[in-house]
Parts: sequence; structure tokens; C-alpha cells
Amino acid sequence: MALKLTDYKTTVHNDWCPGCGDFGILNALLMTLAEMQLEPHGVAIFSGIGCSGKTPHFAGTYGIHTLHGRVLPFALGAKLANPNLEVIALGGDGDGLGIGAGHFVNAGRRNVDIAYIIFDNGVYGLTKGQASPTLQLGLKPKSLPKPNINEAINPIALALASGYTFIARSYAYDVKHQKETIKKAIEHRGMAFIDILQPCPTYNDINTKEWYGGDDRKDQATGKPMPRIYKLEETGYDPVIKDPENVDELRAKITDVIVRSQEWGDRIPIGVFYQNGHVPTYDDRLMGRITDYRKIPPAMQVFWDENGYPTTDLTKLFEEIRVL
Amino acid sequence: MVASSLSWLIGGAQGSGVDTSANVFARACGVGGLQVFGKREYYSNIKGEHSYFQVRVSDGVVRSHVDRVELLATFDDETAVRHTRSVVPNGGIIYDPTLIKTKIANVPTLETPVILGLEEYLRSKGLEPTLENLLIDAKNSGVHLYPLPYNELLHVIGKEIHEESASILQRMVNVMAVAASFALLEYDFETLTKAIRLTFRAKPKVVDMNIHASRKVYEYFTTQMYNKSFPFKLQTIKTDEQRILVLGSQAVGLGKLISGCRFQTYYPITPASDESEYLEGHEVFDMKPPALTSQVMENPQVEEVAYLNSKGSVVVVQTEDEIAAITMAIGASLAGARAATSTSGPGFSLMAEGTGWAGINEVPVVITLYQRAGPSTGLPTRHEQGDLRFAMHAGHGEFPRILLASGDVEECFYDTVRAFNYAERYQLPVIHIIDKSMANSNMTVPVWDTKKVKIDRGLLIGGEEIQKMVASEGLFRRFKFIENGISPRVKLGTKGGMFWNTGDEHDEYGHITEDPTNRIMMMEKRMKKLETADGEIPLSEKVNFFGPAEADATILSWGSTKGAILDAMDILKEEGYRINFLQVRLIHPLPSEYLGYVLSSAKKKIHIEMNYSAQFAGIVREKTGIAMDNFIVKYNGRPMSSEEIYYSVKKVLAHPEEKRVVLTHGA
Repeated sequence: MALKLTDYKTTVHNDWCPGCGDFGILNALLMTLAEMQLEPHGVAIFSGIGCSGKTPHFAGTYGIHTLHGRVLPFALGAKLANPNLEVIALGGDGDGLGIGAGHFVNAGRRNVDIAYIIFDNGVYGLTKGQASPTLQLGLKPKSLPKPNINEAINPIALALASGYTFIARSYAYDVKHQKETIKKAIEHRGMAFIDILQPCPTYNDINTKEWYGGDDRKDQATGKPMPRIYKLEETGYDPVIKDPENVDELRAKITDVIVRSQEWGDRIPIGVFYQNGHVPTYDDRLMGRITDYRKIPPAMQVFWDENGYPTTDLTKLFEEIRVL
Repeated sequence: MVASSLSWLIGGAQGSGVDTSANVFARACGVGGLQVFGKREYYSNIKGEHSYFQVRVSDGVVRSHVDRVELLATFDDETAVRHTRSVVPNGGIIYDPTLIKTKIANVPTLETPVILGLEEYLRSKGLEPTLENLLIDAKNSGVHLYPLPYNELLHVIGKEIHEESASILQRMVNVMAVAASFALLEYDFETLTKAIRLTFRAKPKVVDMNIHASRKVYEYFTTQMYNKSFPFKLQTIKTDEQRILVLGSQAVGLGKLISGCRFQTYYPITPASDESEYLEGHEVFDMKPPALTSQVMENPQVEEVAYLNSKGSVVVVQTEDEIAAITMAIGASLAGARAATSTSGPGFSLMAEGTGWAGINEVPVVITLYQRAGPSTGLPTRHEQGDLRFAMHAGHGEFPRILLASGDVEECFYDTVRAFNYAERYQLPVIHIIDKSMANSNMTVPVWDTKKVKIDRGLLIGGEEIQKMVASEGLFRRFKFIENGISPRVKLGTKGGMFWNTGDEHDEYGHITEDPTNRIMMMEKRMKKLETADGEIPLSEKVNFFGPAEADATILSWGSTKGAILDAMDILKEEGYRINFLQVRLIHPLPSEYLGYVLSSAKKKIHIEMNYSAQFAGIVREKTGIAMDNFIVKYNGRPMSSEEIYYSVKKVLAHPEEKRVVLTHGA
């Protein structure tokens, strides 16, 4: 029997602000799971702290709402202990790029096969609107006492430098685009990162839905708004590394990612920036050392007999240190 | 005379093979049926600073080090300078005669107080402060001096084995010092060669070279008749017992493997990393033929695995920091693996928040905490028991945890299994608290009996059970209110077992709620588990009691002071003292009723602990209302010796008004 969207929902009351971009992301995520017909019990959604952190409670899968900034190590631990799990990590921009920045960078080095979604709204919502690491220098959303004194982190470029093998951006109010992007991220073998632009209607009164939609800059000829967001895929942009041995291709595409990732303001690209399926995943690397790793991952090993006695055989290890 | 016990010390610059030589010495003793206890001291440094290894060897059980040195083996000047004054009259010093002109003040790695102390000492005797005069002074007090001309012998050896490289030859000076020691002790040469083979087993050429050099040293010392003047001797003993020579960090590693720990995280830190490196080095290991268990039958996913499981493996992840180490271990535990992390004080400081998350979400996880001297970086390679209160209270808010403290290398092994059993049975973080002294000490012990322990995974339920439960009760309630506080749990991925976790207070399903009534019930449910644990864990796992039931004084302590206390008690007993010793292993929940019973009837209560403020005595007072009479503490970074305990216990018995004795020995 086919799984329906309702199979991926809970009845937990959702207390996000009306009009919050998070709703768009939640819907797109659950719709993607339904479309992919992933068994809910086979999926574990991990989150950090903040508004986005509540997401797992609204999903009818396993849901692990962790600590501020620590979603990645929690999620990686579960995935490495049981690679059969479909692990999705998510959190805010403050969570992933501020307090959790060390984990963000180091997760790239490992290329574990999970998807990580950042709900990127430029502010710390749940603590009432402080500047987050992705807020541009000099901006002053309404709850800031003074304009932002820090430069913004470029999440796409940072992900590239850190070694993520799938890097994309999407937009919270474009459910169709998010669905396609999340699906690609889940299907990608390796560490996938999606930066989802998510207007915060309560605290970020600058990067609003209307701003992304270009309401403030109408085409003089037609009178229609000129959206700031455009889709990479509609410009002929090709993110996929085809031949990892081809240095020229690699160099050109990496340059493209960096150039596109710098675009902000009047033109903001969404879509897949980069995809390299040729980098060995962490479990590929583990397989090189533990040949049974996928067959008997840590969570699935049986190490006791029917009487409860341990079945691990230490004979050879004792032999190494035997004196008598 | 044949010594029933010998204290041997070897030292040298870090990186010059001190550890290896001590290993060869201890192995040779072990292979010959003797028992050893070895203690390693080293600086926070890679190369150049002084490190030493002290091995105590005996024909019976030996559990601690002593301050005195009976045979000092050196191949550099600094070791001779630092340790000569620890050598007892009639003891011996092996040294390089080409180095004796060294001026004390010219040893660059000596601390100023050490230089000033030695200079003052020698000048007070009218001697110029040189190594030579220090040795002469020792000789005057009855110490035997044995010059070993390393370079001359190496020159000859080089010719005999056709090795021209001076740097390769030079690498053997450490084993030559060992060989010289055994020559003096008239120990069986063949036994030494066995130990050399065991130590360098992967390198046959190194084995041959070292055996050749050792033989040369034996011959040289015998020709010089040095062995005739040295009064201490060692003889091999025949025994049927099977023994291993094992380090504390290895004991924990082996304990983790037998426990079924299959996921270990760590961030490099002294002295905890050795264990993780040992595990990674042995990440694939044998399993006995799998037997299907009822648990396995119920979970088809696992059943398939059981047949394949002829090899086991542990995934060891070196994380970016200790925050990732604890949280990654928790993630793995949620997926169903037995998971652990190992760290020391600074790393554990970073784990406080993660530990609290495991507490509120009732996730089993084991933290092996190797204490070292703090605060902050403190003395990063030195010993202390200063983290007890921190381990007990780390993390904001209140949540249940278990604190288990092992007293020696052997307890480290068996307690590791218990740590995992408690963690899973009571679904909480278990802090297995040990220390630098244990981690870096090695001991000969009978090969451990893995049938002495059992695996208890508690209420971890499988697919079929959960289906039944859901059919009768509706949606799975991971945090179902149950009288003893323990609700069934499932691995992530189990069909029908979906649950939620959150660092927020939550309802029975795991969803956030700030409801005050639910809060009371959840707090009580979680904290109840400690009472349940206190009621279920047998006394034999909580404490060790040594000595006569009726005694004139009772010693209270915990952790690695155990060995030194027991060795001191043996001597005190011979002298007619009636002393018993209560070693507490389960620090939290504390068996306070039993402690109250023992301590309230004790005639005199002596507390021994390796920190400034006698932390454990404070905890005992808090939980039992009983104050200790006398305190023997130490916080100079060096473990207590049995001699120090012997003298200080006698001191407080003779002078009860000496409430607090601070021990200071150790280089």
C-alpha cells in the first residue's frame, strides 16, 4: 500500500509564527519523503535548536531534536552506527554556521551519506531577532539595536571549501523547487548540503518574501515585480562533476560555484551549485578497513549468547600481551 | 639474597626508548613467573624532557610503586642526576662513565628548584655540584656504582654485527641498560631474550641486534664481576597461572570490546587517547560462533546479522572536538550501538551539555574519564583525582547519572562491562572515572575470565515486542511512566517504534511540553532510576572491603589509591596494626546506608584521596552525615606510594591531632 503524505505527519501543535518560511520547508520535506515512498520508521530527522529545531516533532518519522549547534555530530553518529538509516539533519543558520560552525566544516571532511538542510533567515528567531551569521554587514532588521557589525558567512562557498559533495540552495516559498532539491540531496551518495532561504516574517523585515519576490523593483515596461531569485538550472548551469580526473573541469566548476555563491542583492541563484559523486563516502572508507561494516554495522552486531555471556573472543588480543 | 621485591627505575629523554626498555624489563620478569607493577612518569613534551618508568617486581602480588629505588638504570646524565638520591644504601646505579663530568647546573631540562636543591646538598658536603660528586656521595652512603661504557661496547658490537650506522647502534642503549640490570640481578639470560623477542616481534633484525648487545653487556658485567657486589637477585619462578602484562588504558579497551562497545569517539587528549588508539588498532576482532538468542529471533533484521557475525568490529571516530565526541556517541547509541567516548578533564568540561542531553533523553552512553591534574590544562601528563565532584555534577539542571570508579587495572576491565550494563539497564550516562596513574601503569594479572561478566541490555526491545505493545497500547510511548522509572526503548529504525527526543522537557512520546504536572512526573520518573539502580546493583559491585571486620582504624578511599593502600596495609599488619579499608567504587548513587554502617562503627576514620580538598570525604559527609577524622591528601601530580601511605597512616595513628597530612613525594 502506498504511503500517503498524512503518514509523515504528526498531530503536534505547530507554534511557528503565521507566515513563517519554515512551513514551506516542512511541507516540502514531508512531501519529498512521501514521493520517495521512504518508510517513516527508516527515516530519522535530526535537528538543532531554534524554530527550525522543532521540525522533527511535526514529522511522523523518528525525530531527534538535539542541542544548539550539535545536530551534525548527533546525526553522523546515528548514520555511522547504522548506515541503513535514512538520516536527515536540519537546523538554523545560527545553529549550523555560528555555534555549530566547527561541526559544519568537519562534516565536509568525512562525506558521510546524509543530507543537511539549513533554514537560513539571517536572524536568531527564537531569542527574538539577533543577527545571525548569514545577515549582511550593515543591515538592521527591526529588532537589532544597531546595524549588523559582522560580515556574512557565505554558506555555499564554505560548504565547498569544507568538502561537501552536494551543495544546493532553495527557497522556502517554492515548494516544488525544494522538493526536487531535497530529493536530489537524499539520493546523492555523500554529504549533501542545502541552504534554504527562509524569510522570518517576525524579525527579518529586510529579506522578506516581498523582497525575494522583487516587489520593490517593478519592471517599468510591464509593471510586474522582477524577482531577485533565479534558478541556476534555467541558465544552463551544470553543477555535476563528470570526470574527477579532469583537473580543468574541476577547476572550472569550482570557480563557477564560488562566483555564483557571491551573487546576492538583485540576483540570487537557487538550485544545485555543485555535485561530485566521485569522492569516497565515509562508509566507503570504513569498508576499506572493516570489510563487514555494511553487513554488520555497529548497531546491528550481536555480542552475547543466549545465556547473556559475551561472545567477543579476546584470545588473540590476550596473546599479544601474554607473558605466561 | 633473593629479593622478594625489587624496585627498578629507568629513565631518559623522551623519545629515547624509556618505555620500550621498561617494557622489556617488565616482560622479562613476567615471562619468568614474577609479578610486576610499573609506573610511568613523563612531561607534556614530545622529545627531550625527562621521563622515567619505575617497575616494582616481586615473587608475589605487587600493586603499587614505592619511593625507594634499589636499582637505577641510566644511559643519560639527567636520569642519574635526578634519581641518584632515591637509591637506597646497598642499591646500585648503572651509568655511562663518559657523562660524569656533567655539571648539575648544565642539565638544560632540570627545573631550577631541583638544581638549587642538589647544589645546596653537595656544597653542604663540601663537594662541587657535578654528577660525579653526586655518585661519589651515593657511593659513600653504600650505593654500588656500575659504569657501563656504552660507546665502547657499541663500537665492538657494531663490528661484530656489521652495522656501521652509529644512530642505529645508539638505539640499543636502552636495552643495554636493561641487560646490565639483569646481569647484576643474575637473572636468566634466556628469559630476557624471550622478552626481547616478544617486544620487537615484528622486527627480527632488531631482535637479533638487541640480543647480541644484551649478551655483550652480560659478558662485560660478569667479567668485571659487578654481579658479585650487588646484593639483590631475581630468580624465575615456575607457575601454571596464565598471565598478561597489561596497561590500564589497554584494560579499558579490552573491557570495551568484551562489553560489545562497537562505537567509540574521541578527541586527542592525554592520557585518554591511548585507549582509543588501541581500539582503532584492533578494530576488527574475532567473535565466538554466534548463538541465536531470543532477542535475535524477534528481530529478523538482527537474525540475518547473527549468522554473519563471525568477526566483530568497532568504529572509532576521531572527532573535531569533545562536544562532537559525546554527541556522536549519543547518536550512535540511539541507533542501537553500545557507544562510548573517552576523555580527560578538559575534554569532559566540553561534554557537560551533551551529558545532560543524554540524561533528559535517557540515552545510554559511557564516558571513560581519565582524570589528570587540573584545573584548566593543569599538569597535563600528571596524576590527580580532582574531577570527582565535577563528574558528579557536570551539566546544568538535575538528571540521573552513574559514577563508577575503578581501583586498579583489573577493575578497569570488569567495570567497563558493568558501566555499559548500567548505562543500558538504567538508560542514562555512566561516567567511568579512572585516572592517569592507572592509565599509564602496567601490571601482571591472571588472564581475565570473560565468563565472569554478562551482557545486560536492559529494556531494549525488538520489532515483534514493539508491534505487540503498539497493538495493545497505541502509539509507542518512549518515556512511558513506569513505577521504577525505566521504560522500554528501541533502536532508531525499528518498525512501529517511532519516538521523539528533545532537549526540552517532553511528554511520554518525547514531544515538547511545558506542562507543570508532566514536568513533575518526568523529573520523578528520571530521578527514580537512581533509586532503582541503588536497589538492584549488588553491594559487591559498589564497594570492596579489605581487612578485618574489627579494626583500630578504617581507611576510606576510592580509585587508584587502592594498590598503595593494600600494599601499605600488608606491612602495617605485619607490625601488628589492625586496619581495614573501605574502597568505594559506586560513587553515585552512593551506597550511603552501607557506608554509614561501616563508618559509624569505625574507631578511627582515615580518609585518603589524591586531591586538595578531599572531595569524596565531603560527598560522604553530605550523604551520611559522617565526618572523617584524619585526611591524607596529595596534589603534586604524582601518585601516592605505598611507603607514603604506610608512614602517613602511622603518623595519624600516633598523632590524631594531625588532621591533615599532605604527601609530597615524587619526581
